[in-house]
Amino acid sequence: MSQYIIRRLLQMIPTLIGISIIVFAISQMVPGDYITASQNPNMTAERADQLRAIYGLDKPPAQQYFVWVKNMLTGNLGDSFQHKMPVTSVINTYVWNSFLIAFVTLILSWTIAAFVGVFSAQFQYSFFDKVVTLIVFLLMSLPSFFIGLLVIKYFALDLKLFPTGGMTTAGLKVSGFEQIKDIAKHMVLPVAVMTALSIGGLTRYFRTGMLEVIRQDYIRTARAKGLKERTVIFKHAFRNALLPAITLLGLELPGLFGGAMILERVFAWPGIGQVYLASLNMRDYPLMLGFTMFLAVLTLLGNLISDVLYGVADPRIRLK
Amino acid sequence: MAKDLVEFRNLETHFKTSAGTVKAVNDVSFSIREGETLCVVGESGCGKSVTAMSLMQLIESPPGKIVGGEIMFEGKDLLKLSKKEMSRLRGNEIAMIFQEPMSSLNPVFTIGKQITEPLLYHLTMTQKEAKARAIELITMVGIPRPEKIFDSYPHELSGGMRQRIMIAIALSCNPKLLIADEPTTALDVTIQAQILDLMRDIKTKMNTAIMMITHDLGVVAEMADFVVVMYAGKVIEEAPVLELFREPRHPYTQGLLKAKPIINQRQERLYSIPGQVPNPVDLGENCHFHDRCEFCMEICKVKAPPLRAHIDGHKTACWLYEEEGKAQ
Repeated sequence: MSQYIIRRLLQMIPTLIGISIIVFAISQMVPGDYITASQNPNMTAERADQLRAIYGLDKPPAQQYFVWVKNMLTGNLGDSFQHKMPVTSVINTYVWNSFLIAFVTLILSWTIAAFVGVFSAQFQYSFFDKVVTLIVFLLMSLPSFFIGLLVIKYFALDLKLFPTGGMTTAGLKVSGFEQIKDIAKHMVLPVAVMTALSIGGLTRYFRTGMLEVIRQDYIRTARAKGLKERTVIFKHAFRNALLPAITLLGLELPGLFGGAMILERVFAWPGIGQVYLASLNMRDYPLMLGFTMFLAVLTLLGNLISDVLYGVADPRIRLK
Repeated sequence: MAKDLVEFRNLETHFKTSAGTVKAVNDVSFSIREGETLCVVGESGCGKSVTAMSLMQLIESPPGKIVGGEIMFEGKDLLKLSKKEMSRLRGNEIAMIFQEPMSSLNPVFTIGKQITEPLLYHLTMTQKEAKARAIELITMVGIPRPEKIFDSYPHELSGGMRQRIMIAIALSCNPKLLIADEPTTALDVTIQAQILDLMRDIKTKMNTAIMMITHDLGVVAEMADFVVVMYAGKVIEEAPVLELFREPRHPYTQGLLKAKPIINQRQERLYSIPGQVPNPVDLGENCHFHDRCEFCMEICKVKAPPLRAHIDGHKTACWLYEEEGKAQ
């Protein structure tokens, strides 16, 4: 097993080199740079050239690429142009805020989707199943910014149940449990919206998986053994239906750290998604390239983790 | 004669399909006596498996539903039991093994776990007792190194071994009735013989009644005490095995026996019954075999023959043996 993991990790190296070339090439093809993107009307051509020299943007692209890669190998992603601090600290500052809501959303949406999917599979075409299917498709087709604004209007402005946005109450100086409570209150709406949006696909996924499994011969065997229906469904069937979901879980890893660009903006949540989007607009190359590479590494790791988990969960798969 | 263990009385199991209602089991009555092996024979789709699944009450519903009749098991009507009472019986007093040993075991649990499950549930054994009993069962069904098998997963075993494990699971709670739904169809001939030997062995040792579903007349000859022949959802003939092979009465049974290859006898072509099984949707009130029958009479096309006893224990549903038929 450990041999397998080491081999897979080594195989990631050429993949990452390829990704870095493609990502860098694309960034070069985008018109404009940090200097033009800031749109300062007082900027003279001379001053712009000076700044380009300072940022190293005057060098040929190939040279820039190698400087970037060389620094990356030493763990240095460079300094963000906008934030005037190392990219790693920018990411570190914002990524945990995103992780917080993404993680809670992940747990909630998977739990709910698993239960709802299992029940609508067990009672396929029942009233419950039909209602769930309708709701699920409704939620899936709602645009995130729209439903985001809608819940802010109802729950924050009209009913005043939750704050309209942000992560903490401005000016509130509390610590410990009170602070957690404050953040939790701010999390409710964004987490609810994100859960609602991601639950749709997952529910369908679990439903299909369960439908396939409950038609299997070994489920008939389990019933013939006289086991309780609950045991049959949640032990014999669910365990098998979960196997294909492992792939999906591995793919969630970059999503946990990637942030939600649109919803973070709608809820003024200080997450990495917003910062990443701004770095694209501002042509803040170090940040935008660094974070993209970070996500690439996470994606590859996510794949590796799901493969390893497969080997653990399914006795038929032995990794060599 | 031994007591009746199971009695099907006018059982009706229907399936609703988009094309119409399929009477998969249509007014079926017969009984299984204690310690006896009863074979249900018939072509695919004739309702033999559905009869067994009705007994287990494992009919997929929807689309299937038991719409009438009674299934008496030791004097109780199974159709009137609650879900809970029925699941007490299942795997405990009535056990079942299936056609596909390759897919009948759950791939993610060890053999040991799957054998001990009914022991823990029905007999409320402790983990330790259950393990000891499971090892005993694995040995009984003729698998060497039971301790190792106990911790194996199904994919590590061959088809024959898996079917033995299925039998071990079925026998774990000493059932009074073992239903075997084509247990050897998916296995090759040598393994088939071994599995049949094993089942015969068990029957004599444990005095378990066996309801064996098959379309293999060789298996019937080898295993059965009593045979029920089904066609298009109806019992058309039933008789003790020797009687049936010696003197089949229904034209369909006669055709089946004629279609059987005989060893050491070279034939250019095997006999086959002309025509095809009728479409099971919305069958009318006639003899469903009439359009394939060489003795077909006018009455066969309009009225279904009743299942009537002629000689002791031999019943046939055919107008040829009825007064009304003879008159024509």
